Amino acid sequence: MNALLSLIVVLVLGALAYVGGSVEGLRTLFGVIIPYAAILTFLVGVAYRVVRWALSPVPFRITTTCGQQKSLPWIKAGYLESPSTTLGVSLRMALEVLLFRSLFRNTKAELRSGPQLVYGENKYLWLAALAFHWSFLIIFLRHLRFFMQPVPAFVNLLSGVDGFFQIGAPVLYITDIVILVALAYLLWRRFRDPQVRYISLFTDYFALFLLIGLAGSGVLMRYFFRPDIVAIKELALGLVTFTPAVPVQVGGLFFVHLFLLSLLIAYFPFSKLMHFAGVFLSPTRNLANNNRAKRHVNPWDYPVKVHTYAEWEEEFHDKIKAAGLPMEKE
Amino acid sequence: MRDKGLIFTGLVLFLVLITFPVWYDLAAGTTSKGPDPKLPTAEKDCVAPLEYMRTSHMDLLLSWRDQVVRQDRLTYKAFDGKTYDMRLTGTCLKCHTNKEEFCDRCHTYVGVAPYCWECHIDPALAQRSRG
Repeated sequence: MNALLSLIVVLVLGALAYVGGSVEGLRTLFGVIIPYAAILTFLVGVAYRVVRWALSPVPFRITTTCGQQKSLPWIKAGYLESPSTTLGVSLRMALEVLLFRSLFRNTKAELRSGPQLVYGENKYLWLAALAFHWSFLIIFLRHLRFFMQPVPAFVNLLSGVDGFFQIGAPVLYITDIVILVALAYLLWRRFRDPQVRYISLFTDYFALFLLIGLAGSGVLMRYFFRPDIVAIKELALGLVTFTPAVPVQVGGLFFVHLFLLSLLIAYFPFSKLMHFAGVFLSPTRNLANNNRAKRHVNPWDYPVKVHTYAEWEEEFHDKIKAAGLPMEKE
Repeated sequence: MRDKGLIFTGLVLFLVLITFPVWYDLAAGTTSKGPDPKLPTAEKDCVAPLEYMRTSHMDLLLSWRDQVVRQDRLTYKAFDGKTYDMRLTGTCLKCHTNKEEFCDRCHTYVGVAPYCWECHIDPALAQRSRG
């Protein structure tokens, strides 16, 4: 139900953009105003959420560890799994951010006849996530050719490597295939397993369908229904240089692509897509596990008035003495 | 422990990087002006309508290549009934004499590197190198 509803929402939004792109009065709305509004929402929203996170107190080290803490020299410590230094934390974070190490540990539980509960490793989620995110990054960087003039050498190099096999013209990009396959798997994963399907929300499907729509419309434009790419670059450069104009040659599918992109980036600060910033700010990952080596005092502790035993003994010194009870002092 | 300094540095770095095209274009003095390829003046008709050529000339060239190289078909009947030799250098470059001012302008503009020129040679370049 969630899946169907989000699919319908994305389809309706896409159709809206398609129609909007062909109505003369709405072209500026879809080509200029909505993209600007989306980018502004993204920048302000992301900054706001990161600032909010930065302001929340993290007084103690709450690292989730997967290895032996550093203690005595003859006990082998897990320097990556339970890092005690900033270098260790940096390496652990790099592995998490670049290679999704925690997803690599993903396991599955299966009830077999017997009945017998069997646990096993499950790397497909990790693989698909890795394929999707890296493809997305490469596609994002490749798109800089529309936003920068002259096109920087690294963008041309990236396009060249991505189109290495020189299949057809315009050449087939490997990442275009990879991202669609990965997204298809990530969607299928939610349908396939009843447990995963049960916990999948509208927003989970919405983000996926939005990405599929975005990548799909891009692929359709590149390989099947080609728009005037020079006019599109003029539009993109107009947005970047703050002299926006919508050339007459731009239309149809491109507006779907642009609108879905606008929706996606405007949706970022309000959704789980914020994990792109949140991954850096996870206190369970980005802190060194040095709880025993160092004393961490909560700087926000309320100054509670305490009455220590030593003070108490001092206060009732005479009475304790009279009762003949033992005292720590004396 | 608060890592405010580090987090805010990261945030500023991210905001600068994500808006990098704005700074880049500002520094390069870029405008939204198009590539303005130099069109031939002598000839008015192309092998296909302008709209098609603008977006899909690569399809046509690839199909020409396949027909000539793999099927031994050498002439192309255009949409207006005229026939052309299916040759990049002989037909296309006969009117569009200047590769640099025609092909390259748009290709460089949108960052496309067609592999035509891995086999074909730009006649102007050949002329120049002959001296």
